[in-house]
Amino acid sequence: MARFIAKRVALGLVTLWLLSVMIFLLAQVLPGDVARRILGPFADQSAVDALNEELGTDRSLITQYLDWIGGFVTGDMGESLAFRRPVEDVLGPALVNSAKLALVAFIIVVPLAILGGVYAALKEARPADRLISVGGLSATAIPEFVWAVVLILVFALTLDLLPVTAQAPPGAGFFTELKYLLLPALCLVFVLFGYIARMARAGTIESLDADYTRTAIIKGLPRRAVIRRHVLRNSLLPTIAVVATQLGYLIGGLVVIEVIFNYNGIGQALYDALQAKDFPLIQSAVLIVGIVYLVATLLADIAYSVLNPRVRLGAAE
Amino acid sequence: MSIDPQQQPAGAGPGSATVAPAPEISARADEARDARREQFRLLRRSKTFIAGSLILGFWVICAIFGDLIAPDDPFATDPLNDLAAPSGDHWFGTDRLGRDVLSRVIVGAQDILLVAPLATLLATALGTVLGLVTGYFRGAVDDVISRIIDALLALPVVVLGSVAIVALGPSNSTLIIVIGLAFAPVIARTVRAAVLTEREYEYVAAARLRNENTPYILFAEILPNVSGPIMVEFTVRLGYAIFAIATLSFLGLGIQPPAPDWGVQIAEHYGLISGGYWWPVLFPALAVASLVTAVNLMADGISQAFERG
Repeated sequence: MARFIAKRVALGLVTLWLLSVMIFLLAQVLPGDVARRILGPFADQSAVDALNEELGTDRSLITQYLDWIGGFVTGDMGESLAFRRPVEDVLGPALVNSAKLALVAFIIVVPLAILGGVYAALKEARPADRLISVGGLSATAIPEFVWAVVLILVFALTLDLLPVTAQAPPGAGFFTELKYLLLPALCLVFVLFGYIARMARAGTIESLDADYTRTAIIKGLPRRAVIRRHVLRNSLLPTIAVVATQLGYLIGGLVVIEVIFNYNGIGQALYDALQAKDFPLIQSAVLIVGIVYLVATLLADIAYSVLNPRVRLGAAE
Repeated sequence: MSIDPQQQPAGAGPGSATVAPAPEISARADEARDARREQFRLLRRSKTFIAGSLILGFWVICAIFGDLIAPDDPFATDPLNDLAAPSGDHWFGTDRLGRDVLSRVIVGAQDILLVAPLATLLATALGTVLGLVTGYFRGAVDDVISRIIDALLALPVVVLGSVAIVALGPSNSTLIIVIGLAFAPVIARTVRAAVLTEREYEYVAAARLRNENTPYILFAEILPNVSGPIMVEFTVRLGYAIFAIATLSFLGLGIQPPAPDWGVQIAEHYGLISGGYWWPVLFPALAVASLVTAVNLMADGISQAFERG
């Protein structure tokens, strides 16, 4: 077990290192000469050279990479060009805000989607199943910004129930903050519901077909007990992995949702950095997004193996 | 390519290699043809596939003949008549520059229906080659490429794409290349999984015994047998590509104004909805929603037909 986890963590670190190299290449090498970009095409070459020396962008790529990654690990991510502040001062509070929004979305979507998926599986091929499966799939396919404008039109403008922005006024209490976060979270719920429900449905159908379920039924257990003790325990395992990978999609969606609802999260910070071509902020924000995804999938992998006796005992041998 | 003796078909010694088990091979080919015919029959009867194709067909017609169908010039501004509510003159109203929203929604299908399929085609071609190579060779090549793919998959496509586009500068061709490259890893992973099972079949060993070169084995022998998953993957990714391109256009990093793209239209007007101007936002939003839903319904039909058959 310990060896399995150690192997997964080591593999995750290799992936993380590769990711940091790719982000560095994307943000630092692809755009070309940094000083030339800042000063424009008509600037004197000597001025360009001087600025490159000042910014440290005349050094070898390896030195620059090590400088960035060394700083990243110790919490010194350089200076944001757009915000004129240290990158970590911008990203720290933004990350907390995004986590709040993501948490509200997850608390709504995970139980709802699992319930929907299990219910669809129990009613397989009946109208309720088709409604949940095809409806969930269609909801998932529609981009977040489309859900956002439709939900704003319905809940904020027509029904006047919820605010149009996500940023609660400063000093607002917990429930006010929750009220402001509900509409943006709902957009994410629509996009995430389909995947999780689909996985819960597939897992439930598979374990309904399994031998142990038949044995439990033949043994004379009541249907409720069969479903609760035998079917659900097994069917929800694969769903854990999907919930974790959804975190990646969720962060992609956060960029759009935070921009529309004017919410100061990591998505909004990344959007502002992209508009301003603020590459120091871009590369650290993107690396954080990648780390969140890799850690979530790693934890899901470990949770899966701890909860699944087949993997647990197999790894112990 | 050296031949592992254990992978030779039973009883196929050096002498019997030329006496190929011809009936078996043609039986397998017949079987494959029958299976394919059955798949297309299932597809034609799939309600979700038909519904999806009809909606997609509608938008394809709008994209090709949009300039003829549109009641007005989608680019003609009319400053005296801006943000006019839907009426007999302008069924979907006018936008902030007085342009006819209905005409812009019709012609707005053009760019996305050009960029998204081309990007998906590029992704599918790249992903197929990568998947064939990694699945067939395994070993070190596979390990290295698979790690890079894992690293790329840690970033949402919209995030990866927006950084690359900001670095390169937005245009339709950048969009095709960036989305094509961003989707290739996922397709590679699916194709690789399919190739891993295919490579154990006798027909691959037989081709090796005939001394066929590796590209022939990969593209003429294995590729036709993994075409099902590739087709499913293509339609699924097309839906995601439309999703990603619409989102990037909304963020100002995809299709560029003055193109009447739906994402661009929504980006230009969503700030006005709290003032009650819902029409320049709602109609393009419904257009995006119907297009992605259509492609996903088709993908659902295709995967049901191809994966059950």
